[in-house]
Amino acid sequence: MPVPPSRHLLRAKDLADARYADPLTVADLAAAARLSPAHFSREFRRAFGESPHQYLLTRRLERAASLLRSTDWSVARICVSVGLSSVGSFTASFGRMFTMPPTAYRAAHPPAAQVALVPACVVRAWGRPQVRTFREDAARGETVDWVQPATGGSTTTREIEGAPA
Amino acid sequence: MMNIANAQLWVHDQDEALKYWTEKVGFEVRSDVTVPEMGDFRWLTVSPPGQPDVAIVLMAIPGPPMIDAATDEQLRDLLGKGLAGTVFLTTEDCWRDYREMSERGVEFVGEPEEQLYGVDVGFRDPSGNNVRLSQLNAELGR
Repeated sequence: MPVPPSRHLLRAKDLADARYADPLTVADLAAAARLSPAHFSREFRRAFGESPHQYLLTRRLERAASLLRSTDWSVARICVSVGLSSVGSFTASFGRMFTMPPTAYRAAHPPAAQVALVPACVVRAWGRPQVRTFREDAARGETVDWVQPATGGSTTTREIEGAPA
Repeated sequence: MMNIANAQLWVHDQDEALKYWTEKVGFEVRSDVTVPEMGDFRWLTVSPPGQPDVAIVLMAIPGPPMIDAATDEQLRDLLGKGLAGTVFLTTEDCWRDYREMSERGVEFVGEPEEQLYGVDVGFRDPSGNNVRLSQLNAELGR
């Protein structure tokens, strides 16, 4: 049987997850999926529900949130270490998606490992921003992704002790 | 007393999966039986060399009539997206395994990383199944 077509798109997703700290572009991700950039972006969004650009940015912010929880690094150091160059843009994006500034997020979220042993891949999947807005998309006239924040409780990794671990 | 005997992963191609899991990952075949009277159903299981009593079933997606065509297509799509299952493995030396398996052609997702609980890394099989390979700190018991 042939490989499912979505398997090629997964290679691009994996590349974003593995090399988020590098200056990756959508063209790099398209090459990993062996598709032209325009076709790739369409197919990626169809398969995973968000654009490659959005996926890469939310991965970077998820990693930044993880570093805020688990290290004492400065916000500037964390910004650079997740592949973003502008601390101002980083802080603004972070605030939009996590609904508070990086420093407040750090103060509010001690490391989940103090509570439960959660595998890194689970942390990565569940720690991605729950609230997603993209001013970049609005500026281009695309639909703005907006997921209502979960009500009735926090969505930190401490809440998912029953996750597949 | 109950024990876990086998757990299943869907694969898009059993021959390719068998080659990958034995020659690249380094597992051993525990069972490879084809049943002609059941439409050539093939029961194929593999597990690590030191663990003969627990295995992963590499199960072909059966297609119609066992699964209707639309569901078959959905399952293949989910498999390709990496959402059809995950296996969590442990090892005493993550970096060693990473180097050896990389040389054999295992498709790792990044390099091993230090975690609060040890060192770990992820890889995928040809179908897209997610596998996590973790070296846990001594105080965690393994």
